[in-house]
Amino acid sequence: MSGEAATVDDSVNLAAEMARARRRQRIDVGLRLLRHGSFRVGLVLFGVIAVLALLAPIVAPFDPDKNDYRSLLAAPSWVHLLGTDAFGRDILSRIVYGARVSLRVGVGVVLVTGVIGTFLGTVAGYVRPLDNVLMRIMDGLMAFPGVLLAIALAAALSPSEGNVVAALSVAFVPRTARVVRSSVLVVKRLPYVEAAVAAGAGHARIVFRYILANALSPLIVQLTFVFAVSILAEAVLSFLGVGPPPPAASLGNIIAEGRTYVQDAPWIAFFPGVVIASAVLGLNLMGDGLRDIIDPRLGKTREAG
Amino acid sequence: MLWFLVRRILSAIPVLLIVSIVTFMIIWIVPGDVTAEFAGPDASPEQIEQLRHQLGLDRPLLERALLWYGNLLQGDLGQSYLLDRSVVGAVMERLPVTLSLVAFGLVLSVVLGMALGILAAIRHNSWVDQASMSLALLGLSLPDFWFGLVLIILFGVQLGWLPTGGFVPPTESVFGWLRCMALPAFTLALTQMGVIARMTRSSMLDVLGQDYVRTARAKGMPFLVVTLKHALLNALIPIVTIVGIMTGVMLGGAVVIESVFSLPGVGRLIIGSIQRRDFPIIQGGLLITAATFVFINIAVDVLYGWIDPRVRDER
Repeated sequence: MSGEAATVDDSVNLAAEMARARRRQRIDVGLRLLRHGSFRVGLVLFGVIAVLALLAPIVAPFDPDKNDYRSLLAAPSWVHLLGTDAFGRDILSRIVYGARVSLRVGVGVVLVTGVIGTFLGTVAGYVRPLDNVLMRIMDGLMAFPGVLLAIALAAALSPSEGNVVAALSVAFVPRTARVVRSSVLVVKRLPYVEAAVAAGAGHARIVFRYILANALSPLIVQLTFVFAVSILAEAVLSFLGVGPPPPAASLGNIIAEGRTYVQDAPWIAFFPGVVIASAVLGLNLMGDGLRDIIDPRLGKTREAG
Repeated sequence: MLWFLVRRILSAIPVLLIVSIVTFMIIWIVPGDVTAEFAGPDASPEQIEQLRHQLGLDRPLLERALLWYGNLLQGDLGQSYLLDRSVVGAVMERLPVTLSLVAFGLVLSVVLGMALGILAAIRHNSWVDQASMSLALLGLSLPDFWFGLVLIILFGVQLGWLPTGGFVPPTESVFGWLRCMALPAFTLALTQMGVIARMTRSSMLDVLGQDYVRTARAKGMPFLVVTLKHALLNALIPIVTIVGIMTGVMLGGAVVIESVFSLPGVGRLIIGSIQRRDFPIIQGGLLITAATFVFINIAVDVLYGWIDPRVRDER
């Protein structure tokens, strides 16, 4: 009787101890990330832009779509910090609203790509008979230059933010699926997974609890780069006129409009590009930091692109 | 070696099959009525029906697919809706411009990227390392079309050194061709050299840490000979693979760059056709670009097998 109680008690303590260790490890990873130089720079760069975008209605000094015919193509001044465009619209206001489009598309692509890529990658890595078929399809999709495929898809679909997310996801899912598949293949062969199989765990439990939980690090790193590449690609699609349609102030749209005035009003096209570059650089720096800290096994190569 | 080549070409067949299916499906996902959209708002219903028949769009999907594949196998991708000429002709005519832009950009980015990577590796963990890697990452983070515009403002408008756009065929004037390709190629190269630089650095660091390099140094060989001859030659192998992958990214980048610099390549043809809703050209451009990429990768793999015999014998 007393022996049994002791066992129960021990296992409770053990579980609590493990939970505490896991939390400590998580805090430790967080601290090491914050101490990582380039991650910190990236976080600040991306963070500033993300906060400005989130607070756009408060930060923007003007209505981004309001024409002002008294100040057309005005150079940067104290009233219009980044100047105005051919309709007298304030560039700074348009940029903070445009950054929202970039971030929304980026988050959308990361979510869609993350879910579908993880699903396909896990199925390919775990269900052997499907591996070959799935990966050949992924190879076929990857034979298209990613941006070009996204341009063609976005052109065929009607122009909208959702369709941009869909087009970019088709282009980036294969690369993400490949990353997940290769880490599932590695984790699947580890002794503790075999132990779980021997202990009689079901497929669902093995996949979610044991394999995916440990295959996540490369996925997180990969998705950071997918985020960065999506922001760049969304700008390309908008610039070419197959992105979210104007008058939506997407950063690519602003640059496309500014292209006509490159000689007389270079600020229209210049500043949105600086914002895109800073956000993407920030994400790339964060991705590098994440890889160094949470997944040191990976080399210095990138799959997205 | 021959067996390796045959196997590599055979493995491209399923890839090309998927490529063709995706390309065919492009027109299928277009919402609404392609013909009506193409005919314009003024067309009468009879005119639209006649046009639909003319374009073959009134037939069932399966029949259209079979017809499309039948023609594809004979190297025929149909007629442009608008240009009054064959898709293959229109795309092939412009392919050399795109390929020469990619080749020019690739050479520049390999040279710049490898220089940065080697510099970073031999001055590992110093400010030189940090500076070169920051530059590499910055390049990768720039929107290429925007960077092209900035270069146009700087070198075309402000300094007036180079043309802001347009194309001179090399058959007319080699110097003129170089001048009009310089900015576009440089745009492609600077935004992509980071991939090469990072790869070169890690590959060089790998090799520099190996015993035979230390032995070569210990027996008194000059530093430069060891780094450039012994280390770099072996570090080249992974760099060759990355060049193959980069070609694809650059083909995609060229599409955008051509539009910025008004170069008459496949990319500008595709973008123009998007505005005109000329789907056969979009499909043809997409298919031919992807096929080009597949064949470039076969060439890279063969090159790889030639440099590193271990690859040939594997599998």
